Amino acid sequence: MKRLMIALLCLAAGATGFAREAAPTAEDVVVEKRMVAISEELRCLVCQNESLSGSQADLAKDLRREIREQIGRGRSDQEILDFMVDRYGDFVRYRPPLKGTTFLLWFGPFVLLAVGVVALVVILRRRGRRVAPATALSAEEQRKAEELLGLAGKDKP
Amino acid sequence: MNRFLLPLGIFIVLVVFLAIGLSLNPREVPSPLIGKPAPAFELPQLHKPEARFAPQDMQGEVWLLNVWASWCVSCRQEHPLLVDLANSKLVPIYGLNYKDPRDDALRWLKQFGDPYVLSIADVEGRVGIDYGVYGVPETYVIDKAGVIRFKQIGPVTQDVLEKTILPLVKELQK
Repeated sequence: MKRLMIALLCLAAGATGFAREAAPTAEDVVVEKRMVAISEELRCLVCQNESLSGSQADLAKDLRREIREQIGRGRSDQEILDFMVDRYGDFVRYRPPLKGTTFLLWFGPFVLLAVGVVALVVILRRRGRRVAPATALSAEEQRKAEELLGLAGKDKP
Repeated sequence: MNRFLLPLGIFIVLVVFLAIGLSLNPREVPSPLIGKPAPAFELPQLHKPEARFAPQDMQGEVWLLNVWASWCVSCRQEHPLLVDLANSKLVPIYGLNYKDPRDDALRWLKQFGDPYVLSIADVEGRVGIDYGVYGVPETYVIDKAGVIRFKQIGPVTQDVLEKTILPLVKELQK
């Protein structure tokens, strides 16, 4: 009997080695989906080119846990994003808010595009002006050209 | 001649911008906590787990909060500097032992010296999140009113200590 107990205990001890996380319940799936959606909007500050949802950094894991807990406490997505921004700054957001300091970030590319378009138009116009007069021949020039072309035609057998 | 001036000008501006961009440290993200009250917490002390520490206890004093861990390699780099600073008695240093098993942390202090008045054990890293810690070591300068005045991300260097932290501490202690 004693031996059996020990054997059972050993088995039980062994079994814990294989223990895995509990299968998610329906509610967990919802929480998990929201957590992923929120963490995809956030930058992992340890490995800056990864989102919080994709990073395996320790801090990213902790922050995902934090997001999960806050969802559990019934906080809204916006409240959770604000929580992160309060601690890590606008830099954690992949889509930083529109304000004075981020104005250039949001509109700089469009300003550059506009400058490029203006430069292109100016250059094309200038070139057009330079080429256009050269194509128009005066009557005298026209006659000369025809004569030359005519001569060229006569040369041919 | 003139037609080359404009592209040359644009090129120079671009080079200057790129040079500035390359010389910045991308790991140093400005902390939104500067100028705000240090987040409140209450955690057990590392050496005496039955005793607790809260930043409110430090009202009326200028102090440094240094986030460290035994697993953090660059903490070793700044550690001799902190030990010297502690010996100089210019400003008290409190340690936030971040996500560290207690035994490892104690052994580490024994090995490298303990510059801290006391260390606080943040085993789960929750206080670290409240303080926006993302790259240990980090050091905060906190003033008499409990407001964070400066944050050093990464190891404290002699240069930062002498040119930024100590002058600021002196100013705040007035």
